[in-house]
Amino acid sequence: MATITYHAVDVGETLPPHESRPITRHVLALYCGASGDHNPIHVDIDFARKAGMPDVFAHGMLSMAYLAQLLTGWVPQDQIRQWGVRFIAITPVHAKVLCTGRVVEKFEADGERRVRLAIDAHTDGGIHTLSGDAIIALP
Amino acid sequence: MLDRSFIGLETKPRAVEVEKGQLRSFAAATGEKNPIYFDEAAARAAGHRSLPAPPTFLFCLASLAPDGENVIARLGVDMGRVLHGEQSFTYGEPIHAGDTITLKTRISDIYDKRGGALDFIVQDTEATNQNGQSVGLTRTVIVVRNG
Repeated sequence: MATITYHAVDVGETLPPHESRPITRHVLALYCGASGDHNPIHVDIDFARKAGMPDVFAHGMLSMAYLAQLLTGWVPQDQIRQWGVRFIAITPVHAKVLCTGRVVEKFEADGERRVRLAIDAHTDGGIHTLSGDAIIALP
Repeated sequence: MLDRSFIGLETKPRAVEVEKGQLRSFAAATGEKNPIYFDEAAARAAGHRSLPAPPTFLFCLASLAPDGENVIARLGVDMGRVLHGEQSFTYGEPIHAGDTITLKTRISDIYDKRGGALDFIVQDTEATNQNGQSVGLTRTVIVVRNG
């Protein structure tokens, strides 16, 4: 991983985008077990239909994990200070998740140089699913 | 309408071990390509003392830890009507395989929107490691669909 430095980064610059593999039912089953989120709405279509949904749908936190990969593909994880997202639409099964990030602010805080990123996730079907920001410390 | 008297409720501290196998399962489930998250030799070569927990894994630890109080169920919430509204993380010391993380969750707020069609539950969790160091804070906003 090339070292990203504060001086080399400009506001408006975009991060290398990150695309997930398609979220199959198998991926949802694996994520259910691996994450400890056992809500059946993500893996059991009978349960989902009883709850009024047409099908199972992906865990929001699976898409947030893909956004985390966008960040850790750019800088080592220990440079992430704070980040958060709003889940704005459900991610349907079979979707691929496209993660993007853009530098929106450069500033100094707590004696270090930081940037604020605007981060977003969209499905390959064009649904905007997650929106948030991240504070990253840079050397 | 959800019982507002739960606002301010704090759960008893819950301890959970960060397991290597669980981290590898998480890496596989999320299609992780960076070997530091599943190959211990790669993790050590990158300066980690063992496999690091990836950025959202702190949320998983809260799901994996036993929750004896089960606040969501006590609020009468049907899991089929729950959506994740917001999630944020603030980090302290890094978390690695072998750590024991203690979590304490507070119900910070409960409110509704659209005339009660949606209920919101705000939960803040503090996480500390076996040395008493803060490893992070998480905020989770749960949305409950009514009707």
